[in-house]
Amino acid sequence: MLGSKSIKELHDMLINGEITCQELIDDAIKNSHKLQDECNAFVTILDSVKPTDVNDSLLSGIPYTCKDNYSTKDILSTGSSNTLKDYVPFFTATAIKNLENKGAILTSKTVMDEFGMGGTGTTGHTGIVLNPWDNKRICAGSSAGSACAVAAGVYPYATGSDTGDSIRKPAAYCGIVGYKPTYGMISRYGLFPFASSLDHCGCLTRTVEDAAIVTDAMKGIDENDMTSWDSSDIHLYDNLTDDVKGKKVCYIKEICNLDNYPNASDELKEHLANFHNIINKYKELGVEVTEVSVDHTLLNALASVYVVISCAEATSNMSNLTGIIFGPRAKADNYIDMMKEYRTKGFSPLIKRRFVIGSYVLQAENKDRYFHNAQRVRRLLVDAWKNLFKDYDAVVLPVGSGPAKLIENSKDQLDNNTQILEEHLQIGNFGGFPSITIPDGFVNNLPVGINITGNCYNDQTVLNLAYALESKMNYKGQVAGGVNNG
Amino acid sequence: MDNYQVMIGLEMHCEMSKTNSKVFSSAKNGYSDEANSFIRPVDLAFPGTLPVVNKEAVRLALKASMILNCKQPEYMYFERKNYYYPDLPKGYQITQETKPAPVGIYGYLDYEFKGETKRVRINNIHLEEDSASQDHYPTFSTLDYNRAGVPLLELVTEPDMHSAEEAVAFLEAMRAIYQYADISDADSKKGQIRCDVNVSICDKDKDISNPDNWGTKVEIKNVNSFGGVRDAINYEIDRQIALKESGEYDKMEQQTRRFDEDTMTTIYMRNKANAIDYKYFVEPNIPKFKITGEWLDEIRATIPEMPIERKNKYMNQFGLSEYDASILVKEKDISNFYEETLTLGSDPKKTANWLTSTILGYLNKNELEIKDIYLTPKMLFDLMKLVDDGKISSKQSKEVLTHVLEDKKDPNEVVKSLGMEQIGDDNLIRELAIKAIEEHLELIEEYRKGRNVFDFFVGQIMKATRGQANPSLTAKIIKEEIDKR
Repeated sequence: MLGSKSIKELHDMLINGEITCQELIDDAIKNSHKLQDECNAFVTILDSVKPTDVNDSLLSGIPYTCKDNYSTKDILSTGSSNTLKDYVPFFTATAIKNLENKGAILTSKTVMDEFGMGGTGTTGHTGIVLNPWDNKRICAGSSAGSACAVAAGVYPYATGSDTGDSIRKPAAYCGIVGYKPTYGMISRYGLFPFASSLDHCGCLTRTVEDAAIVTDAMKGIDENDMTSWDSSDIHLYDNLTDDVKGKKVCYIKEICNLDNYPNASDELKEHLANFHNIINKYKELGVEVTEVSVDHTLLNALASVYVVISCAEATSNMSNLTGIIFGPRAKADNYIDMMKEYRTKGFSPLIKRRFVIGSYVLQAENKDRYFHNAQRVRRLLVDAWKNLFKDYDAVVLPVGSGPAKLIENSKDQLDNNTQILEEHLQIGNFGGFPSITIPDGFVNNLPVGINITGNCYNDQTVLNLAYALESKMNYKGQVAGGVNNG
Repeated sequence: MDNYQVMIGLEMHCEMSKTNSKVFSSAKNGYSDEANSFIRPVDLAFPGTLPVVNKEAVRLALKASMILNCKQPEYMYFERKNYYYPDLPKGYQITQETKPAPVGIYGYLDYEFKGETKRVRINNIHLEEDSASQDHYPTFSTLDYNRAGVPLLELVTEPDMHSAEEAVAFLEAMRAIYQYADISDADSKKGQIRCDVNVSICDKDKDISNPDNWGTKVEIKNVNSFGGVRDAINYEIDRQIALKESGEYDKMEQQTRRFDEDTMTTIYMRNKANAIDYKYFVEPNIPKFKITGEWLDEIRATIPEMPIERKNKYMNQFGLSEYDASILVKEKDISNFYEETLTLGSDPKKTANWLTSTILGYLNKNELEIKDIYLTPKMLFDLMKLVDDGKISSKQSKEVLTHVLEDKKDPNEVVKSLGMEQIGDDNLIRELAIKAIEEHLELIEEYRKGRNVFDFFVGQIMKATRGQANPSLTAKIIKEEIDKR
């Protein structure tokens, strides 16, 4: 399976004439269909795709897959929602256009939680995405199909989007790399919004190096996105180094230490022990590792802050979905009934619940208590992290409370005991911080991950710290055994 | 009516027609007969589209804010106003709220009403986007998104006007300001101006500087012409007074009504309890941006002479009457036409007369704008010069103007082609004068006794020349010839 190789390897093979672009395309499409049968990772697999010229660009001639919430011209883009089940856009998202300009070849679109609003990969309108490491388990979400396809070795990389942890958690559960750069480094133009102030574009890969290559290609200031910024002097791949001597990282006692979790499962125990073991590898790299403390009350609030802000913005962002201008128009006697019918039938119950929450917290009588308070606490959390970044180059934390959960236990509900552990990645979205998850071992034969988050615009440092740690472990480039190597 | 005081507040929406593109979209800002031709994906709210602020729209809005003596914000924010309506593709409108800060807050405007200067306090002025336009048919409706996203300035006044006429005078003053400052054509015929009107009444003897004495506020939505504003206010005043007189006023709730142009009445829409909760929050896709002092200074420097300043100039320097001066400055195009004609060297008073009587009369009668007609300042100047030089009579000049307007010809050309040119030939007139005097020598005697005989002799010469003799020249020559005898 050619997609199981790294971008550099594939590029060299193309340049050396060992394979052709057409062969790569055929291989990607064939393996996508196989993975589709096994794990249901895709909404769309294209029938035939034209090869591109192979040139100096590392991505040229190499197929990739894309989360279905990116607008792709002439290609079905559903956001995994019935409300857009027939929507074929006439414009392409800037990030995808940027990849296209580098010669990257899009051959499929991946399943996600409906509009990114979910963390399980079980709520897309085309069904549940199964974990390629163990088909009884979830991939996590919302970039479930993207994580699945990369972990299975069908593609070297996939685009994803991350509003709470939607790239970084499925990456951990699928044993791969998931990276969202600083807010605004990659344009959101053409990304179906979930919560605009939290939404990030990013990528899923199997190596840190590939994450740097793909991000270099996706990023760039965009006249269509006012929150994008000029990063033309940032070259992540060129400046990637494992020389991180003298850097300082910290981890947070209230999140990482086992004694916070009195009823810890064996999985959690193993996961945290592994985390402490791995973070200590930084010392071998000449990196200072420090345990720090953050107010527990503040950490306890983060999940609620996320729910309030993300639901409020989502309610508003998805008000354009009326089925009038686009989407399958409902039949009714008048505009209001058409819209009601379309939205009632189109959205899943989970999303409707979030709309109700979002609407409630924005109501005049509730707004200060919920929405404005959530914004205040968001600022406090971001300030707490920015304070840490005064002394440390990155905050390093375990992802989740262990490996991927079984599908039957995957209800999108918060477990109070391990809530902070499950939700802390959202702080990366609150602050727009660059944040990367890399695989750091196995628990119960299933992959687990570690996350490295730095201050805004310090993407290079974050990637270098990840690159260096990756080199100290044996999980770089690992592929799940879910698909036969054909 | 005499027993009550009326308080009127306005929300005036004006499309800014002077930007090239829409306020958050790169689509053209303009009017087209072809529906849905000036649109970009963002105007239809296709998934993933994002707003991008048009800096020119912000500049013009800040300019308006300064003219209205408002305070400008340190940072620019936009807010989402969330509600569902068929003409609102995103399901929210990007606008500004009084908090954190709109383009302008707490200002005032002085305007003239019946020769008096009045002041209206401005609560705020903010920049927002227009919605799509709808047309309703018996079994279906159509939507045209050309208007969706057109920059809109919404001005909110305090309830400082006290009659329908005052409200209309304020609106006219605002329209002139938007035109003079190159913010908008402010053309209500094109639907560029739309108003919501607040009306309340209270007893004559109450002190209205104390809000406790104010009556129940009734808001009338979507009044789309100045005439409509006047009619809606007058209807509403009468309605509220009738309620007072019948003792039912206290039962009236604070409410929103709409003006129905067909019946000329206001119709109940909703009460305060059913007011829409717009769930405002700061638009996350537009980062707040700093409004620098330098930029504000630059904008301030571009504010041109305002109508009230021009009016004073016309009265004080040109000696025009208050009435003529206010008519001339009411519309920028007219005032510009006037001033351009003056720069060619014409007499201010005569030019004003031409414009205020003949030309504006023609425009009003035919529902035309001055820019639509063939006449230019140069032609008006030439026309006046023809009269001054004695080539045509002032009576003939009216006829020439009609031909200029109707046949689209230059005044000199008209005069030539109609053979109108007056006889300004001294010798010919003198010859005719001598002949006439000799035929009526008896009148010289009468003249010496004090009788006015000039009109008779001028008449004779006019008869002989079929009206083409220059009358003043003729009169002058007759006097000379009589005096010789």
